[in-house]
Parts: sequence; C-alpha cells; structure tokens
Amino acid sequence: MDHLRRMLLKGAGASGALAVALAAGLLRPSRVLAAEWNKAAFGAASVPDALKAVGASGPADSKDVAIKAPDIAENGAVVPVEVDSRIPGTTEIAVLVDKNPLPLAASFTFSNGALPSVALRLKMGKTSNVRVIAKAGGKSYATAKEVKVTIGGCGG
Amino acid sequence: MSLTRREFLHILAAGAAAGLNLEGRAGEDPERFYDAARFGNVHFLHFTDCHAQLRPIHFREPSVNIGVGAARGMPPHLVGEALLRAFGMRPGTREAHAFTFLDFEQAAHRYGRVGGFSHLATLVKRLRASRPGALLLDGGDTWQGSATALWTQGQDMVDAAKLLGVEIMTGHWEFTYGAERVRRIVDHDLKGSIEFLAQNVKTADFGDPVFKPYTLRERNGVKLAVIGQAFPYTPIANPRYLIPDWSFGIRDDELQKQVDLVRAAGAQVVVVLSHNGMDVDLKMASRVRGVDAILGGHTHDGVPAPSIVKNAGGRTLVINSGSNGKFLSVLDFDVRAGRVQDFRYKLLPVFSNLLPADPAMEALIARSRAPFEARLAEKLAVTEGLLYRRGNFNGSWDQLILDAMMEVQGAQIAFSPGFRWGTSILPGEAITFEHLMDQTAITYPYATLTDLTGEFIKTVLEDVADNLFNPDPYYQQGGDMVRVGGMSYTCEPGAKIGARIRDMRIGGEPVQADKTYKVAGWAPVAEGARGEPVWEVVARWLRAHKSVAPRRLNLPRLAGVEGNPGLG
Repeated sequence: MDHLRRMLLKGAGASGALAVALAAGLLRPSRVLAAEWNKAAFGAASVPDALKAVGASGPADSKDVAIKAPDIAENGAVVPVEVDSRIPGTTEIAVLVDKNPLPLAASFTFSNGALPSVALRLKMGKTSNVRVIAKAGGKSYATAKEVKVTIGGCGG
Repeated sequence: MSLTRREFLHILAAGAAAGLNLEGRAGEDPERFYDAARFGNVHFLHFTDCHAQLRPIHFREPSVNIGVGAARGMPPHLVGEALLRAFGMRPGTREAHAFTFLDFEQAAHRYGRVGGFSHLATLVKRLRASRPGALLLDGGDTWQGSATALWTQGQDMVDAAKLLGVEIMTGHWEFTYGAERVRRIVDHDLKGSIEFLAQNVKTADFGDPVFKPYTLRERNGVKLAVIGQAFPYTPIANPRYLIPDWSFGIRDDELQKQVDLVRAAGAQVVVVLSHNGMDVDLKMASRVRGVDAILGGHTHDGVPAPSIVKNAGGRTLVINSGSNGKFLSVLDFDVRAGRVQDFRYKLLPVFSNLLPADPAMEALIARSRAPFEARLAEKLAVTEGLLYRRGNFNGSWDQLILDAMMEVQGAQIAFSPGFRWGTSILPGEAITFEHLMDQTAITYPYATLTDLTGEFIKTVLEDVADNLFNPDPYYQQGGDMVRVGGMSYTCEPGAKIGARIRDMRIGGEPVQADKTYKVAGWAPVAEGARGEPVWEVVARWLRAHKSVAPRRLNLPRLAGVEGNPGLG
C-alpha cells in the first residue's frame, strides 16, 4: 500500500498529485486549503519572509531531504522537480525558488502517515536555487539545488 | 570531477602506454600505418560526429581548448605541442597532423585529405577482417552538416551508414529534423539494420522511454551490452519546438539502473555509446558503476588514449573519437572468466590517400550527390587565407560569416553560434557553395537583425561562456563560445557567471548597458523566428568579393589562463 501511495503521489504534476491524494483520502482537504490560503507566505517577496511565514526560519541542512531537478532546465516555464523527505514524521514540505519574484512555489501538508514525496512543475524566471523545506517534530530541515535557466542555442 | 592532478598524470601514462601497445603500428611507414594486430575477443569500432561529411575533407583541430578548474591541462583540454607531449607523439609526423593544428597548411598539403565514407568503409572492412565479430558504433551527429544531408533530410547519411555496416547509433543533430522525421527513419529505414539507442530521452508528459535504452548482443561467445546516451541538452542548445514532446537530460541515476539491469541479464562487457561531450562523460564515469567504457562524442575531441576514471565499481575507460569522419576508434577487450581482463585502444586517423576508396560506397555517394552536383559546385570566391572554424573563441570561417552578416545587414555587432562542426579550406582553394553549406546547413538557418541593449548583449555572452567554462561539467553544453564581430571584450574563463565578460567596446568606445545596438545573428532557437537562410546572405557577399583576403580574427583578450595547456 505504501508503495502504491508513493506511486500515486509521484506520478503526476503538483495539482494532479494533490487531486489524486485527495481522492485517495491521504490529505485532509482542510489542511490543503489551509496551506493554499497561507497568503503571507505565498505573497512574500523574499526568501527570509517566505520562510518566516511558513514557520521555518533558520532550517538545518539535511541530506535526508532529497531533491531531483535538472541541472539545466529544458523549459523554464515547466521545470520538473521531485522532492522526498526521509525524515520520520514529516508533516510539511515547502518548495521555494529563490530568484522568483514570489519565492514560495508550493507547500504540502501530510497526515495519517502519507509519504512525504511530491512531484511538481515549477515556473522559473531565471537561474536560481530551488530550496526545499521539510518540517517534522516541530523542526525544519532544508536542502537546495541550483537549476540553470539559459538563453539556449550555440550547442555543439 | 574527482580526479587529483597526480591521478591524472597516472591516467595519461597508462593511456599512452595502452595506445602504444596496439602492435604493428610502424610510425610513418604508409604501407603499415593501419596494421593493427588483433587483441582479445571483443571488439568495438566507433566513429562519431561525422557531420554528414561523405567525402574526404580537411579539418583543423583547435588551437584553443581551455580547461578550467579540475579540467585544466587534462584531456581533452590539451592542444598543439602540449597534446603531442602528453601522448608521446613526435611533431611533424602524420599523427601530429591528425591530432593537432600545428603547421596545418603545410601538413595538409603533405598528407592530403582525411575522412570520406569510401575510405572509412575500406578501413572498417579491414578491421572487421582482422577482428571477427567487431561491433560498429556511430555516436551521432551523422545526419547533419552538409548540403546533401539537409536537402535529403538526412537520407543520404542514413543510406551511407547502413552500407557502412553501422549496427548501433545514438543522436543529437538528428533531432533537428523534427520528431516525426526521426521516428520515421528509426522505425522504417533503420529497422533490422541499425538500432537507435537513447536511455535518456523520455516523453515530456509521463516520462515513458522514446527509444530503446540498450541492446544485448553476443559476440565470440561473450555477452555484451551497449547503452545509448543522446545529447542531454538538445532541447536547450537546439530548437525545442522541433521535439516538443521529448525530454532529455543526463539522467545518470537511470543509466545506473540500466547498467545494473544488463549486468543482471548476464552482460560481461558494458559500454555506453554517448553523445554527452567528453567532460560530461568524465564526470558520469566517476558516478556510475559497472561501465567498462564510454565511447563518446559531441565535443569533437580526438583524444589519442583513453582517460581511465576510477569509481565505486572499479574503473571506466572514457574515449572520444574526434569528428568529421577523420577518425575510427578501435577498442579491443580481453574478456575471460566473465569479465574484462585487459584492453587495447587506438584512435586511427582516416587518411584518404592511404586507404583506397571502397567501390560500393563510392557509387552510393555519387548516386546521392548526382541531383545536386551543379548547385554544390558553384564557385563563390577564392580564399587567400586558411578557413577553419574549430576553437573556443573564433575561427576564420566564422569571422568571414560575421563580416558578411555585418556588411550585408548593416549591423554594428554580429553573433555566430559556437558550432564545432565545419570543414577547413586551404589558401588558394575555391570556396564552393558546398563548402559554405558545410558551415551553415541546419534546419533553422535564419539570419536575424535585432536591436539589443548592451546589458542584454552581456547577458548573452555570460550565458554562453558559462555553458563552456562552468567548472561542473554537468552544466556544460559542449559548444564553443559565441563568435562575436564588431565588438571587443575581455573574457576570464575561470571567473564565475556574471564576472567572466568585461570591457566590452565598439570602436574603442565602451558598450553602454542601456543603449541599443543593431545585432546580426543566425540560427535562432526560438519558435516563430524567420529570416533569409544565412547561406544566402554569405553567398551574396562572397560572389561580390570574388577573392577573399585573410580574415582578421576578432578574439577576446583572455584573462587568468596564461600557460594553460589548452592554449596553442
């Protein structure tokens, strides 16, 4: 069953994953809506403000938060990103694009043992760190990966 | 790159020794140049990046190929005398001409043209006779680079590769004919003869494989696997709209899964047929276990000996086989007790006048050229200087294109892409329409004239320089620096993005960030871009000039690379 949940969550884009997760009863709608309505966080224009608004100021770097993203984006408008937290009891995952005008791109809440694993497509205006925050047991953990958004052309 | 300098020196020594071990090479004796005794029981023949050059050509190797960070002074970032020293070759020899730019003009007259499929075919036949069961691999960039390839949508090359006996290929410029044409060729023309492999091409929606990732073969009683790796950055370096539903990427984690899979299926030898570019291959080899050799291309590096890269599973040979049909790699493995025990390797230059033309191939080439001969043969002008393209910053062919674009289009600045293909012409030779197409034959050849701010021009130069000089190879796209006409600048390859380009000037005056400049260019990757094909613009200029004086190369001043072995 865990494997199936994982497949379901990983198998679609952000909205798709949420829809599937909702249908499967893995996420409580109220919690999802609460996340979507965190106006202060999604409206924050800087990384520190966004982190503060999701309640994750000064997160600790962790290798147990894994991010899979291309080194160079094929299309900055839809950058495929996969995020996994291996930290037991992960309840939230937030994804930020440092150089986007509004850095917080997505926030997910997990409950009832849902596996903290999401796949989504990000819009990126330019080369930036993609930062992932995982929250577990009242603490915050972070990892980041640079994704280049280039002008293109001139290859080989 | 995880290699220390000491490890690198060890690699060089090992590689040079391995190269010399292929017996029977009698130095300069033309009669014995291709005598190469068989070693072991599994044999790979590999060529790559021939760029549709069916007939013998000249191709000048680069005099500038700078390596930064850990890649400084490592293969393939060695040119000229530094390359000869590293691989134990003598200056002034046939081999020195094949592998370096040294005394190019004189040596080209002495040793004649290189490559040509008829001559390559003869060499392949000889090696197959001495190495029963040898597998012939084509690393891609085969269907693009000539007028006839463009006008037949790759068909002349598909037919020639089949006759040559290619068994497995991967791709890059192939994709610029569009997804539909690629599918048509792979599913029909190549069916039953050539397998097109690419483990790193997936559908953009569900991530399903587009091509077969690997093939398992049995040769001389040994089970072997070849895994394909197409150019990872095709949708970025070339127009994405031509392959809108396919996603690429390096995907070395998935490559590891494929390696584990074929090993579990009993493969005793595993090779990756790669179009990554050599720097990316070197990093990939350090991260993936269980690969005996990466036979690579894309960056057009003709490297005389393998780089041996250590990784968690043992060691992997990284081989790059040059370009333009100029070289054929011969890799022999001694496989016993279920694994590779030893190897021999040689990168053989294809000298057309040492290898008689294969009649069947010669006839096929003549047939496919026949409808186009008159158009190809048009003499546009005579060149007074050597024309070549390859090199990190500029080549005289590119300078000619820049000069023509600026003059014909009335631009202050011109950009020409840092392509690494394009043949060379000796002083006094006629520039034919075919030669011009060797530099420009692409499916998006539009010449453009755009108003760009000084700030944007800097952004473009920084962007391209980072594709070339980012110290992490996985961020490199494998082209050379965009060629710039009309504007001088300073480039510091070892700096970070945003700080590599400075002191941009036009006619001595600093370029202003907020001022607008008229910039000519060609080969736009954006969808909807249109314009006259650049070959028409340049042909007009050439016809008007008749005799073309040697070009004065606009090269950036370089900072921080004094003594770099990639500078000749």
